[in-house]
Amino acid sequence: MKDEFDSLAGGSSSGDQGGRELGELEESLRSRCSEGKKLLIPYVTAGMCAEWVEIVLALEAGGADAIEIGIPFSDPMMDGPVIQRASAKALLRGTTPVGVLGELARASLSVPVVVMTYYNLVLHMGHYRMAHELRAAGVSGVIIADLPLEELGPWSSESDGLGIATVLMVAPTTTPQRAAAICKRSQGFVYCVSRMGVTGEQGTLGSAAASLAKRIKGLTDMPVCIGIGVSSAKQAVEACQEADGVVVGSSLVRRVLEGEGTAGVEAFIGEMRRALDSI
Amino acid sequence: MAEPRDSETVGNARSRPGGAPDARGMFGSFGGRFVPESLVAACATLEEAFLDAWADEGYRGELDSILRSYGGRPTPVTDCERVSDDLGVRVILKREDLAHTGSHKINNVVGQALLAKRMGKSRLIAETGAGQHGVATATAAAMFGMDCTVYMGEIDTRRQELNVFRMELLGAQVCPVSSGSQTLKDAVNEALRDWVASVEGTHYCIGSVMGPHPFPFIVRQLQSVIGEESRRQCRELLEGKDPDFVVACVGGGSNAAGTFAGFLDTSSRLIGVEAAGGAALTSGMPGVLHGMKSQILQDEFGQILEASSISAGLDYPGVGPEHAYLAEIGRADYVTAQDDEVLAAFEYLAKREGIIPALESAHAVAWVIREAGRLLPDGSTVLLTLSGRGDKDVAQVRDLMNATR
Ligand SMILES: Cc1ncc(COP(=O)(O)O)c(C=O)c1O
Repeated sequence: MKDEFDSLAGGSSSGDQGGRELGELEESLRSRCSEGKKLLIPYVTAGMCAEWVEIVLALEAGGADAIEIGIPFSDPMMDGPVIQRASAKALLRGTTPVGVLGELARASLSVPVVVMTYYNLVLHMGHYRMAHELRAAGVSGVIIADLPLEELGPWSSESDGLGIATVLMVAPTTTPQRAAAICKRSQGFVYCVSRMGVTGEQGTLGSAAASLAKRIKGLTDMPVCIGIGVSSAKQAVEACQEADGVVVGSSLVRRVLEGEGTAGVEAFIGEMRRALDSI
Repeated sequence: MAEPRDSETVGNARSRPGGAPDARGMFGSFGGRFVPESLVAACATLEEAFLDAWADEGYRGELDSILRSYGGRPTPVTDCERVSDDLGVRVILKREDLAHTGSHKINNVVGQALLAKRMGKSRLIAETGAGQHGVATATAAAMFGMDCTVYMGEIDTRRQELNVFRMELLGAQVCPVSSGSQTLKDAVNEALRDWVASVEGTHYCIGSVMGPHPFPFIVRQLQSVIGEESRRQCRELLEGKDPDFVVACVGGGSNAAGTFAGFLDTSSRLIGVEAAGGAALTSGMPGVLHGMKSQILQDEFGQILEASSISAGLDYPGVGPEHAYLAEIGRADYVTAQDDEVLAAFEYLAKREGIIPALESAHAVAWVIREAGRLLPDGSTVLLTLSGRGDKDVAQVRDLMNATR
């Protein structure tokens, strides 16, 4: 497996770099990386509580380099219990895609926003309209959890022209051939799934995460981030031994569910920030 | 087992009725593999393993032999004289209620368990609504000596307590699902989540012609034994002719897909009957759920709606993509039956023919009773797949009857 990755690496990174146009998201993340920083991308489910926008602002204040905002879906098959609960609460509160995007637009964040959602919400609104709504809200990237490489066409033909980066995932089981194709097609950054499983906290970060990030780094010059299950400052540091950054979801969302307000959230992210900055 | 006609290859440029889906797993514009990256490799491996097995006489022979010696195949057809006298149309029942565990579900689970064994997997997981597919999976797991976990909405575990006990008796672990609407769709979500984390040693034994490619294709092929047998049996009864109408109930659509598979290239009219409270093909719109693009019940924002009817087995907000395709091209028609006419049909078939149908199957019976002499011309012939027996439903029906009398 490893050798196969190595042999693919030469082909892709040589041709890639020069002609490729960096989007707004990649440009922003790269400039952080070039300052020697590791990327910290917290995730929060939009609408999970009344003060969710303040939470997002606290994440920015705490040192996030970009923020991932989940638009809740009734059937989040890639999510574990914590984000399921947050999604269910958000939907009970009447959260809608357009409502979320309106609130985001008004929040005028200075860091890039990446929306994470499921394909049915995109399909239902229509690819064209969703892309334009995201653009209008100032969103610079999107992760559609259940839209694989093969089915990307109808979406990306609307989003590409508007400069919305579609971030793709690679998993521990992704074949080398496919990983190369995903790296070529991903925009903004490449999202490495740390383990085979859904979102949720874990006691230790498996060794698969770092080795996957290392292999992916060999295939692309785009930033490579590890997500799913990164639960503590210690794990974030561990992940960044190989990766350029981390996405932190369930451990943060759990804190919000447990009632930790903006101060607690800012402190939690601040601690991760300091840990990553001291690598 | 008769050779299914030209369906061994996946990856034709275009799908056609009765054939395999195209390279992306699409039946027309429906189907596909809309899964997180973590499941892509598992689906691809499964597709390869199934195509290999389906082309292998060893696998097909073993499946056939188990279905005969253990599953009760071939199931008979019954020419229902009293019903035919009453309705003025000739009604022939395909008796899946006589298969082991009481429904057509056994055809699917034996095939998938055998496939899982061949792939070196030692654990089966499944979702279940009413419990029929859970019981069938637990049965196959027991027979093959495999571990088994069944996900079931918490509300359904209470509605179908006896089936929970049956599964446990068969050695399965039943996991109540307390997320979302706590019914079948949430059980599917939970099974998919388990599978993401356990793909290496676990096979997801999905219960109907739904989910990401290749599941709708696998389950259709495994259930096509219903249609192959029926076609032969009908020709014996009808002097070489095919029935004018072929009718089956549709939840996810597996008994209907299996039945239709035997008649797609005939001139028989194909009718799928959904529960009025779960009619994805009548009231749904195109969407993506559980890894497939199909007709889905959803609200104005694209959030999935719950289905709700008298029969838990039909309470699914989606439908198998092949049915969405057959509806789109007009090869099959999809209609609905209401709870009250279903109850009446349940009682009618019991009293007139001595057959207590599953509430799911009673939807098909109800439609035939309603449409005899209307959409079904006098003197026409109808093959109706009786997908299961009603033993599991008698307590519920008793309560409903007591409540209305
Ligand atoms: C007896 C019976 N018929 C029909 C169904 C519906 O499934 P399908 O539409 O896949 O045949 C079920 C599902 O539980 C069932 O138990």
